[in-house]
This record gives sequence, structure tokens and C-alpha cells, in this order.
Amino acid sequence: MRGNSSKLIFLGALAIICILLYGFYDIKGGFDYAFPRRMIRVAAMVITGIAIAYSTVVFQTITRNRILTPSVMGLDSMYEVVQTLIYFFAGSVSVWVLNKYLNFGASLAAMVIFSLLLYRFLFRADKHPIYLLLLIGMILGTLLGSLVTFLQVLIDPLEYLSLQNRLFANFMNIKTELLFIASAILLCAFIYGYLIMDKLDVMSLGRENSINLGIDYDRMVMNILILSSVLIATSTALVGPITFFGLIVANLSYQYLVTYKHSILVLGASLISVIALVGGQFLVEHIFELRTTLSVIINFVGGIYFIYLLLKESRAAG
Amino acid sequence: MIEIKRLTKRFGKKPVVDDVTVTIEPGTITSFIGPNGAGKSTLLSMVSRLLDADTGEVLLDSRNVKQWKSSEFAKRVSILRQSNFINVRLTVRELVSFGRYPYSKGRLTEEDHQFVDQAIEYMNLEELEDRFLDELSGGQKQRAFIAMVIAQDTDYILLDEPLNNLDMKHSVQIMKILRKLVDELGRTVVIVLHDINFASVYSDRIVALKDGKVVKNGPTHEIINTKVLREIYDMDIPVQEQNGCRICVYFKSGA
Repeated sequence: MRGNSSKLIFLGALAIICILLYGFYDIKGGFDYAFPRRMIRVAAMVITGIAIAYSTVVFQTITRNRILTPSVMGLDSMYEVVQTLIYFFAGSVSVWVLNKYLNFGASLAAMVIFSLLLYRFLFRADKHPIYLLLLIGMILGTLLGSLVTFLQVLIDPLEYLSLQNRLFANFMNIKTELLFIASAILLCAFIYGYLIMDKLDVMSLGRENSINLGIDYDRMVMNILILSSVLIATSTALVGPITFFGLIVANLSYQYLVTYKHSILVLGASLISVIALVGGQFLVEHIFELRTTLSVIINFVGGIYFIYLLLKESRAAG
Repeated sequence: MIEIKRLTKRFGKKPVVDDVTVTIEPGTITSFIGPNGAGKSTLLSMVSRLLDADTGEVLLDSRNVKQWKSSEFAKRVSILRQSNFINVRLTVRELVSFGRYPYSKGRLTEEDHQFVDQAIEYMNLEELEDRFLDELSGGQKQRAFIAMVIAQDTDYILLDEPLNNLDMKHSVQIMKILRKLVDELGRTVVIVLHDINFASVYSDRIVALKDGKVVKNGPTHEIINTKVLREIYDMDIPVQEQNGCRICVYFKSGA
């Protein structure tokens, strides 16, 4: 326990250093102009970072699998579908693209409704295990992905370039008002998420042990699936798809903080994701001078880490 | 008191538990025995809420199990299933502490720690309490899980084949502990057993199931005889008395 709290303090300090570095580095002349803009980005990175960290850790707890992320449920694909449909039918200068609120609302609604429908019709934990749901989510995700690709080859190439920008996570131009709306939604989700921390600890023992210990397991799984959908959908609608990155932060947290307690694991994962996002964005802006995007870096590092995880798991199994 | 009333469960068309009515006597060890696929584990799962019945009901103190609040039920009845795969790294003590969850929701009080200590002592796990579960042998792990159930401090303890994968020494150890729980602490134990001799030597009552139906239900001495066993297992099983224990010598019986 003692070891873990000093580790958390270390991560917290690192996160604060990243934030300060990002906020103040090379801030010549227009402090009043640049600083608030940077802080908005930092705020966006912090809340999406926590949302991704939380939803990935709890998703892995209920699926009891450490190489899955909520993105297998097809939420990212749903986001891509909405954006592509908008560009396909309305075009890049339509109100659906230019009005950020409309775009945010449409993406958020589509993703949440998609996951609610999926869970409503398919999820019966007592009848079949959660893996059926995952499998169908994965298949639907692939189906939607193919649909997106099909529409994208039909789109005008210039429109496609503009669309592509939306399909990568981007913290550069976030509307303050949207940030407030997203923060309000996420805050509610976080409060509920915080209240069920102790239940999550028990749920990592599996369905039967959880029911034995008085957890309403099947309903909790449903609640947690909805909760993580809301978290993912909100942060994706705000900045674009970045769920992949949850895999890295969740696993780094398990490795670094050896504990079963979700309060510690989630806190650790959140701090790691703030470090990765803010630190990564710092690299993107000041070292690569915006010639690459944060998602490219995260996907590159994440991909390597994923292969490492697979190799490790297969060695452990063999 | 637990009453099982006309309980039926079908998987597809096939009834796995078929119109079963049984009353569990408090303060006894009741064993569920029967051939493979007789519905023993399914029956136990329904009693413990892990599975919903199609028809019929299970009553705890005259109240339907489904109407109990989950957390209150968990203070009265505990269940341990046979497969307990856990992919989180837990020490024995942490696992046993989970048994106190229904009472303290993860924030253990002084009293909770006492219960945990007692459970660990009861299962002779003092030396292992800080070891991680994945470092333990099958028998040690099983003892840790039983300790969790003991720490849960319920009147009723339901166990689904707790002797699976255990050697003779550990099987005997666990059955003796269950006996102690009933005789000294007044608990009620319901246990699914594969080895009929453990059922014969340690249980007070036996419920014999076959094809989802109750074939026999009564005190142990009424069940363990060649005639009744033939009805249950379709085998001629000679029963020999040794030091007051009835032992079924089934190894070379003709079917």
C-alpha cells in the first residue's frame, strides 16, 4: 500500500510537470492569448484522458480480459460512420460540419443510441456470457468500418482530406463551450463511477463470487457498459477516436501498481493517460512542430506495446 | 430454513432439474449425490441465485430468494462453485477479506479483521496468508476460497464439489472442517459430492438426484445400502461397515 501511494505521488508530480511544461514552454509575447488556449487543450486532454482510462479499466474488469478495450464494441466505427455520412450527404461546408454543437450532438447521440440498442437486445448475462455481446459488437464494428471505407472511396478527394482530419484525435481546436458540455456529462459519469469502485473490486472475482457476495452482478455489468459507452462517446465526440490508447494506460497501470483496488488502478491509469496526452501533445507541438498528430504517435507506441502484450500473454498461457 | 418447491429448469427442451421439492434441515450437512448430469450443480445454482429457475421457487425463511435484497441474502447464504479462475493478483488474506464485503462494503472494521483472522486460522492458512493465490497449489487455493466463505459468516454454506482436484489428505481435512462448522458453530452445509463415501461418512442427510428428479431424500443411513444405491446409480454396490462408517465398495461392481 505504502509503495503504491508514493508511486501515485510520483505519477501525479510527473503529470503536473507535463502540464506546466505544456502551459509555459516557449510562450513569448502573447501570453494572454496563448495561455488560456493552451489551458483549454490541457483541460480537454485531462478529462478525455480520465474518461478513457476509467472506461478501459472497468471494461477490462467486467470482461476479465486485459487486451480488450471498449472500442471493440464498435463505438469508434459508429463515430466514423456518422462523420462519413455527414460528409457524404451534406458535404464539408454544411451546417452539420461547421456547427460544432450539431456535429458533437449528432455523434454523441448516434454512439450512445447504438450501444444502448446493442445492450438492450443482446445482453442477458444469465443466458449467455458477455463474450457473445463482444463478438457481435466486433462484427458490427467491422461491418460499419467497411461501410465507411465504401463511402469514403466515393467521396470527392478534397472532401475526403477534410473528413480524414476528423477521424484522428485532435486537441488543437476545441470549442470552449463544447468542453463545458462534455465536462458536465463526464463529471456525472465520474461521480457514478466513483461510487461503484468497491463493487468493481468484488466484480473482478467473477460473476459467481460477486453474486455470492451480494452484488447484483448482471445489472451492474449493464450499468458499467452504459457508463463506459457514455464516457467513450463523449470524449470521442469531443476530440475524435482515441480509445486504442486506453489499452496502454490500463496495462501500464496494472504493471506499475500491483493491486486489485480499482480506486488505485483507475487513479494510476488516469494520471498515466494525462502524462501521455499532455506530454505527447507537447512533443507534437514543439518537437515535431505539428508535422504529425498525437494519434499517430499514440498508435505507434500503442501498437508496439500491444504486440508486446500479446507475446507476453501467449508465453504466460504456454 | 431453505425450502425448494417444485423447482424446474430446462436447457433447451430437456429438463435438467425436474419438479424438485426438498427441504434443507438446519444444522446438518446435506449432500446432493447422483450420476453425472443429474442436475445437482444446477439445483445448487438456483438455490444460490446464480441461475434463475423456470418454474417453482426457493424460499429462505419463507421468503422467495428473488425477493431478498442481494446484500442481505449474502449475509445468510454463501455459495462456492467448483471453478474459481481469478485473473487478478490477490493474496490469501485479501481474498478472505472479500468475504466481509456484504457487511462492510470494502472498508473493513476491527470486527471484520477478527472474522478474517478466525477464518484463516480455521483453514490453517496462517503461514500462507501473505502469499499470492497464483503461487498456491490447487488444495491450498481451495482452502483459501473456503476461508472466504467462512469469513462471510452465513448460516447456510453451499458448496459445489469442493473436493474436486484435491488429494485424500486435503479432502478429509476439508470435510472435517465442514463437520466442525456444523457441530460447533451450528451452520448448515449443503454440498454436491461426487465421492459417495465422503457423503456416507460425513453427511447427516442425503438427497439423491437422477435425471433431474429426486430419487431419494433422507437420513444418510437410509440411503447408503445396496438396494437404494442400485436405484440411483444402476449399479450393484456392496456396502461394508468399517469402524462405524458405511463404505461403498463400487470399484468392481457390475452394472
